[in-house]
Amino acid sequence: MAERELTFAEAIREALAEEMRRDDRIFIVGEDVAEAGTPFKVLSGLVEEFGKKRVLDSPISEPGFSGIGVGAAMTGMRPVVDIMFGDFLTLAMDQIVNQAAKVHYMSGGKMKVPIVFRTTLGATRRSAAQHSQSLHAWVSHVPGLKVVIPSTPYDAKGLMKTAIRDENPVVFFEDKMMYKLKGSVPAEEYTIPFGVADIKRRGEDITLVATSSMVQVAIGAAEKLSQIGISAEVIDPRTTKPLDKQTLVDSAKKTSRAIVIDEGYESYGVTAELASVIADGAFYYLDAPVKRMGAMDVPIPFSPVLEDLTVPTEETVFEMAKTLCRRN
Amino acid sequence: MTKKTESATRRRPATEGGVEGSKSEAIDVEHWLHAYEQMAKIREFEEKVNELYMKALMPGLAHLYSGQEAVAVGVCEALRKDDYVTSTHRGHGHCLAKGASINLMFAELLGKEAGYCRGKGGSMHIADPDSGNLGANAIVGGSAGIATGAAFSARMRGTDQVAVCFFGEGALGQGLLYEVMNMASLWKLPVLYVCENNQYNEYTHYSETLAGEVPARAKAFGIHTETVDGQDVQLVNETVQRLVERARRGEGPAFLECLTYRYYGHHVGDISRAYYRSKEEEQQWRDTRDPLKLLADKLISQNLTDQKVLDQIYANVKTEVETGMQFAIDAPYPDQVEVDQDVYA
Repeated sequence: MAERELTFAEAIREALAEEMRRDDRIFIVGEDVAEAGTPFKVLSGLVEEFGKKRVLDSPISEPGFSGIGVGAAMTGMRPVVDIMFGDFLTLAMDQIVNQAAKVHYMSGGKMKVPIVFRTTLGATRRSAAQHSQSLHAWVSHVPGLKVVIPSTPYDAKGLMKTAIRDENPVVFFEDKMMYKLKGSVPAEEYTIPFGVADIKRRGEDITLVATSSMVQVAIGAAEKLSQIGISAEVIDPRTTKPLDKQTLVDSAKKTSRAIVIDEGYESYGVTAELASVIADGAFYYLDAPVKRMGAMDVPIPFSPVLEDLTVPTEETVFEMAKTLCRRN
Repeated sequence: MTKKTESATRRRPATEGGVEGSKSEAIDVEHWLHAYEQMAKIREFEEKVNELYMKALMPGLAHLYSGQEAVAVGVCEALRKDDYVTSTHRGHGHCLAKGASINLMFAELLGKEAGYCRGKGGSMHIADPDSGNLGANAIVGGSAGIATGAAFSARMRGTDQVAVCFFGEGALGQGLLYEVMNMASLWKLPVLYVCENNQYNEYTHYSETLAGEVPARAKAFGIHTETVDGQDVQLVNETVQRLVERARRGEGPAFLECLTYRYYGHHVGDISRAYYRSKEEEQQWRDTRDPLKLLADKLISQNLTDQKVLDQIYANVKTEVETGMQFAIDAPYPDQVEVDQDVYA
């Protein structure tokens, strides 16, 4: 296989371009998706290749263009709807939660909504409380939606292709701080199935289950832990819905300790669900309670000094792991 | 009633003189008798739904369409089977008018497996893609995006289908509608926004909830807008034919306000309505503005039919509806294993 390095943004763009070449029912709609290529430049070049009919700049109307996407998906198209910031999902919630997620079930299986909502998550971009949230727990809560939270360029490309080919509404979260992250991406065609966790690093003493932006944090913490003789396993679920429970449980059974790290708010969040899965499935194997590390339960502050306190870091994960392994 | 006279006059030229005239007159009569039958079907269906509720045979609630029949029938009779409609919580009329089966509708209302949604949707979620019905919707204004998206999709797929979005004047309070009307106008989408102004947002007269004028809201987006008497099925039908042709030609969306009235309460359980409207007002609409009576009177006065023919149509519909209701009562409930089926495609 030809090895190449792509950034996270390039991997997503390549997935979209390849799928759009393959299937002319696919179109992209959202704010500043055409010539601007989004503020993050993820879509740069697509309008030039596919034209304005398939890469459409919309008004600033998240519910409106999300709803148009849902209607188009129900009638034979494969829309990719761009919700620039994950925080703006709140504006489109009725279309995603009450419409897209329920059409298949409510119609007794007669209709379907093959649509992808691309959006972002992640703090520390100094964007303050309305442009920094990680709201993937909100949509993970809703039956009928699938939720993807990739952590590497390789995963992002393979999962995006799967998302586009899926017959259901998929919400695809990209960490906006990871767009420039480079990683190996083969030039050959590949897809990654949903509901299959990836072991990002093998270890024996403790399991770090980490999602999206937190995978790099967990890998960094694992490096530090290795220097003091603690071998940490890093598991990335890659999709919260469907969730690969087995891999999480198996790893925790092996290591007997687990921390779940996710950038969503800690209360009632993804960490709670994953920790519960582990506690339930590996209870008799655990030597310590399953710990959760999420975003602090505060609106994300602007000042860097404050913002950096709100999300788990290599250092805080390292400290928590040390405590769990009784190495303090 | 100048509008009605106009509509009748507009229809006349085709029927004047010669063999060809008589032929088109015959087609004309058949067309309106069919419209009468469709309206009767909705009227009778809703009567039975009310009965099922009163006898506690139906789970949940239903929002009856009685009184508004001329809108659904007038609009849907101007559509092709492959044109799309999206409907509302008060959707039985739209579904039937677009071609849904009485039996399967009743079955859905009773939560039976034979129902349109295998009993998973109920009264407010009946969908029948085979007849172009993309679904009733229990979120007020919630289907405006879907209808506009269906029009968008028709355009992208290169078909000449149109989409009709039915909604009540209550949906004029929802921002989604304005967002999609903006895009429909910008992108010249083949979508028709049909606002059924039955005057009441649930239990509140719309004068208490709506600032400005209804048509002005659509006109602000540069959308072609008309207001018609929604009790006159001929007028609604002829207007919609024009607007649909316009949309098929690529001339963009239109907004049609239909002035109408709902005979029953917001839902079947809304029985004591005196605090928001008078019995006299209700009776006056039933006596003087009933869409079935108006059409019957007109066809009879023009010697296009007689009462006997109409009575026969009504009697047939009544039997059909009763049979459908019985079918649903006798039909089995879904198996419990179905509860988690079809969450994902």
